[in-house]
Amino acid sequence: MRLVEPLLHVDGVTLQYKTRDHLVTATYKVSFEVHVADRFVLLGPSGCGKSTLLKGIAGFMHPVEGEIRLNGRRVERPGPDRMMVFQEFDQLLPWKTVRQNVMFPMLRSGRFARREAGARADLFIDKVKLGKFADVHPHMLSGGMKQRVAIARALAMGPAVLLMDEPFAALDALTRREMQEELLQLWDEARFTVIFVTHSIEEAILVGSRILVLSPHPGRVKAELNAHHFGLGAQGSAEFQALDRKIHDMLFAERRPGASGV
Amino acid sequence: MSEPGAGKRAPPIREEFINPAITSGELGVAERPLFWFERLRNNEAARKAFILAVLALAWEVYARWLDNDLTFPTLTQTLEAFWEATARGPLLDRVLTSLKVLSMGYGAGIALAAVLTTVAVTTRIGTDLLSTLTAMFNPLPAIALLPLALLWFGLGIPSLVFVIIHSVLWAVALNTHTGFLAVPDTLRMAGRNVGLSGLRYVALILIPAAFPSILAGLKIGWAFAWRTLIAAELVFGVSSRSGGLGWYIYENRNQLETANVFAGLLAVIVIGLVVESVIFRTIERHSVRKWGMQR
Repeated sequence: MRLVEPLLHVDGVTLQYKTRDHLVTATYKVSFEVHVADRFVLLGPSGCGKSTLLKGIAGFMHPVEGEIRLNGRRVERPGPDRMMVFQEFDQLLPWKTVRQNVMFPMLRSGRFARREAGARADLFIDKVKLGKFADVHPHMLSGGMKQRVAIARALAMGPAVLLMDEPFAALDALTRREMQEELLQLWDEARFTVIFVTHSIEEAILVGSRILVLSPHPGRVKAELNAHHFGLGAQGSAEFQALDRKIHDMLFAERRPGASGV
Repeated sequence: MSEPGAGKRAPPIREEFINPAITSGELGVAERPLFWFERLRNNEAARKAFILAVLALAWEVYARWLDNDLTFPTLTQTLEAFWEATARGPLLDRVLTSLKVLSMGYGAGIALAAVLTTVAVTTRIGTDLLSTLTAMFNPLPAIALLPLALLWFGLGIPSLVFVIIHSVLWAVALNTHTGFLAVPDTLRMAGRNVGLSGLRYVALILIPAAFPSILAGLKIGWAFAWRTLIAAELVFGVSSRSGGLGWYIYENRNQLETANVFAGLLAVIVIGLVVESVIFRTIERHSVRKWGMQR
């Protein structure tokens, strides 16, 4: 018997996609469970299929084997209960203002009336500190601000799970740090469930409460580790360094077969 | 050759310093309004007006030097004829006839292009159909279809509309489809993430995202249509009472009213300029420029 039923089941999922002349297996029989209010990180080097896995959860790809279930229901197609924040800055609709962008999913999904959508949009735009820019078009914003809008847009929708595909990877180091802190603050206020893809070990430990380490070609589960006890200030601590080291060695050993772990 | 000791070269250690904050009074001019001539030079309309003035002057001088009303009337004569034909003559009527036919053909062409590209973007066979048809018909000059159109639809508006549709359809469809293909994957996924599909996806994501290309297609289509219409009307030397601008030009050439021919040509140019720099420019300013998709 389980005390708490997980929110998301990923059950023996194999994902494949076709390039022009290859069939690529991105992940092979990957299983994990995500619970409500998890900050679940998919971590691994490039080629471990972590982004493909996220696209599978989002419903953009269908597993050739296994299944993905959200709240017990099989994921078949993309939907606003799994709002996604992409790495690229061009995920915002250039023809809509910041406010209209945030309102767009709420109105299109028919889940909110116009007035309520407007109020929620204003609330979440304020939360990501863009109140002054609500009526500006996205091309006037910096990269970090665009990502903030995308986060506000996703959170305002109130999704069952927030999917983030390396959302801070294209930002400069200072802005990235700031965004990580802000994401944790937002999480602390609202306690939403987020699945976060990254290839930075440090970001994984900082942002995540639980880390799924994937090995590459094709992606398989290497380990699942806890990182919930690390707060923002913990970065310099010996414990943090030790976990960083541990994950680093896990991934590094994979890259050099035959080399000793430490 | 490296200097001796280069391997251990090190820069000198210098003093650190932190500047005190500058009070605003010491700073030079941070911002000043531009002088009127600087602003005038930044104004596109002013620059273009200048070009037009130079061209007009060149025309007047050359025509006066040539001094031959029959082949090359002066600008003033042309403007007089233009005014005369607009106020008292048939020019305005002819222009309206032409524009009526044009808008019918242009509208129908765009509607057909919309249907064709929607089919092309939703099905693979539709994509093949569109690319084959555009490859076949886009290089075919619309005016070459006029004899056939006359055979099918007779002398009159239907034939003109047919050739205009042909000139608009392929250019607009090709540009729109190219624009759809160029919509970034992230934007597509962002749209599908919301749960959009089918026609709503095309209308809410693809069309606005491809709007720069669509607008370019509409502009090309407009220019093709206008050209084709005037050319077709030149051939159409029959129902003179309801003739358009092209017919007006043809008629006056036959009567050796060269100033009127120039007035007719001037009307063609002026309408082209107005559509381009007023209508399309306004659409651009309120869409692709405002959205930062085009400079």
